[in-house]
Amino acid sequence: MSDVNAEISAVDHITNDQALLQIKDLHVWYELKRFGFGHAGYVRAVDNVRFVLEQGEAIACVGESGCGKSSLMKTILGLNIPTKGDVIFDNTSLSQTKGEDLRRYRSKIGYIQQDPFGALPPFMNVQSILEEPMIINGIKDKQERRRRIEKILEEVKLTPIEQVLPKFPHMLSGGQQQRVVIARAMIMEPKLLVADEPVSMLDASVRVEILRLLRKLQEEHHLAVLYITHDLSTVRYFSEYIFVMYAGQIVEFARMEDLLDNPKHPYTLALLEASSDPNADNALVQREIPKGEPPSLVNPPKGCRFHPRCPYMMEGICDVLEPPNIEVTPKHLVACWLYDEEKGHAI
Amino acid sequence: MKGILSGLRQLRQYPTAIIGLIVIVILMIVAIVTPIVLPYNQAVKMWRGGEAVWRYYPRNASPAWTNWFRSTDLAGTVIIDSAKGDVEPVIEPISADTREARFSFEFDFPYDTFPPEIILFSSAAYKDKQPFVELTWITPDGREIRAGEFSSGASTSVRFDQDTRLQRRLERETGIKGISVIKGLFDDPNKEGVQVLQGTYRLDATALLFEPESSLDLAFVSYGKVYGIAGTDHQRRDLTIALLWGTPIAMAFGLLAALLTTFTTMGIAAFGVWIGGWVDAVIQRITEVNSIIPLLPILIMVGTLYSRSVWLMLGLVILLSIFGLGIKNYRAIFLQVKESPYIDAARAYGASDMRIIFRYLIPRILPLVIPAIVILVPSYVFLEASLAVLGLGDPFVPTWGKLINDANTQGALFSGYYYWILQPAALLMIAGLAFAMVGFALDRVFNPRLREL
Repeated sequence: MSDVNAEISAVDHITNDQALLQIKDLHVWYELKRFGFGHAGYVRAVDNVRFVLEQGEAIACVGESGCGKSSLMKTILGLNIPTKGDVIFDNTSLSQTKGEDLRRYRSKIGYIQQDPFGALPPFMNVQSILEEPMIINGIKDKQERRRRIEKILEEVKLTPIEQVLPKFPHMLSGGQQQRVVIARAMIMEPKLLVADEPVSMLDASVRVEILRLLRKLQEEHHLAVLYITHDLSTVRYFSEYIFVMYAGQIVEFARMEDLLDNPKHPYTLALLEASSDPNADNALVQREIPKGEPPSLVNPPKGCRFHPRCPYMMEGICDVLEPPNIEVTPKHLVACWLYDEEKGHAI
Repeated sequence: MKGILSGLRQLRQYPTAIIGLIVIVILMIVAIVTPIVLPYNQAVKMWRGGEAVWRYYPRNASPAWTNWFRSTDLAGTVIIDSAKGDVEPVIEPISADTREARFSFEFDFPYDTFPPEIILFSSAAYKDKQPFVELTWITPDGREIRAGEFSSGASTSVRFDQDTRLQRRLERETGIKGISVIKGLFDDPNKEGVQVLQGTYRLDATALLFEPESSLDLAFVSYGKVYGIAGTDHQRRDLTIALLWGTPIAMAFGLLAALLTTFTTMGIAAFGVWIGGWVDAVIQRITEVNSIIPLLPILIMVGTLYSRSVWLMLGLVILLSIFGLGIKNYRAIFLQVKESPYIDAARAYGASDMRIIFRYLIPRILPLVIPAIVILVPSYVFLEASLAVLGLGDPFVPTWGKLINDANTQGALFSGYYYWILQPAALLMIAGLAFAMVGFALDRVFNPRLREL
């Protein structure tokens, strides 16, 4: 890994020792095995990612399928082990946490999944679903459990409670299922919520409601939220900061409006170009999409990982050297040679 | 759990399942009631007790109900035992020490064939002087025939057909040369040849007891060619005992084996899939090796060399089936379930490995397993029967398979004792069929895809 990145550690949204969640040079590599035991290389799902998330702040992670979003998320949740680097959440270092402590670490982060029906065990009713995290985390007092369930169901607007509790997931609508998922994520009163495309499987009609609900919960509980999506049209509702991932790396990091209105990285440009904007004028517009496929994460391209698909690729630079993070405007970082003072030329 | 209950409710749509359930319920009731009414020790005693226990029963008698299908009714069995209170003697004092006891054995004989044997069992308690008994046979048409006299020992049996004086008396009475005692006693004198006179017979026994303390019990047995609900075998044993006691044994064996093997294989598969890595690999290899170890030869070996206890066999079957090929099937399903988002969610809120296995993985496939268990029950019932037929049945406990084995070694089919083989075989088939019918219906309820087929 190039260490060019070390130079820009001054930017407080890349490193901050006091922040609630700190992702430090995180690498998540999966080992490939030949015949079940021989080593055959690594899938570099997350490669040298760093950012921090403060209490009460929301950050969005955007990228296409296979860019490493899910691996990053699962590592933050403590479901994957970092290959290199570390995740520090609430002053707990994930790489040093094992066994019982790891389970406690996991229970402090709320997890909202993409497919609400799949995320709920089909053989449990809403009451058991909501009680499970509390039973597991040692809340033995039945009244306390009951109180929390009532409170959270009130908050996610799943009422009347008595009618909801005995229902099984298949008896609920998609929106209600997602509310149960959110309630379950919130029931342990976490400081961080990881939302993995929380609305992508829902009807358009309930998406906004769910997003508003998440926003409301975030503000009321002063939650940190990591919002993961491939759909740029929903991020606006949500977060202060946004970063774009490509092939396991962060290619651009900025404030929400900054990135959406003034994108720098060619990949971000392409993503925004491809995202749907509810505007009648766009109906007949033929979109430019980057040619080719996302690269293999086993043998990522040398230099900038986007260079085989990049329309502005500079021979001899982009295909040789890994790009540094360049701060184009304050708190707007982009990993692209185009913005390098010596080598680049702006688009 | 709700899903399972509603699935069971759906069973009502399948008439075969209802019939199967009714049969299973009946078998279960028999399996529960039998050990209560006839405790194990008593059953073993009645089955293994020896001649003394069985001597009142006829040898190789068909079940009584077979007479419904015959044009000439075979002789039924008559047992009248004063020790059991079937008949009360009338006692009159004759002198200071001597009493006279009159027993009157009265019975209906509506059958068309002669009984093969008649015996009067006498057991007396005395100090020096044996009680003396005089017998009189009274036919339905009122003829009185002196049927001999004897002094009763502690245990005396009077075999009527060995009494040559009585035989000669009957020759005169009937006018038929060489008539056997039994035929003579039951012959109808008004008909040509030797034919049974139907009606109420009586045997009067007048006993003289010479001591004040002495007592006498008499048991009159007219052995028949049919007996009881299930008939008897070559050792005069009542097959009802074996058929009844075979039910709890078969049910216990089948259900325990099916339940325990299914749940252990399922648990091991879930454990292997969840832990993964070398644990899974070891489980897979053990399963593969175990699946080529033949079950039956091992059971035969253990049965021949060590013990044939049905419970030992059950334990062995379970032990050898724990790493059965079922693990492969369950593993395939668990590998799929393991990837469900709700499992990820459970890990994310800190569920432990054991909790995930038992609360999240296994409940997911329970609906698939229930039909499998039900369908598996008869195969273990049959396995127990097969072992018994091969001569490896439990030496003490009477089971359905043991009956078939006995019948086989005694050449039952060759001798025409069809009831001996057909009754246990029919029970085995009915039990198997009932479980299969319920199992297949459950399979349709829980695996809706099968409904279209």
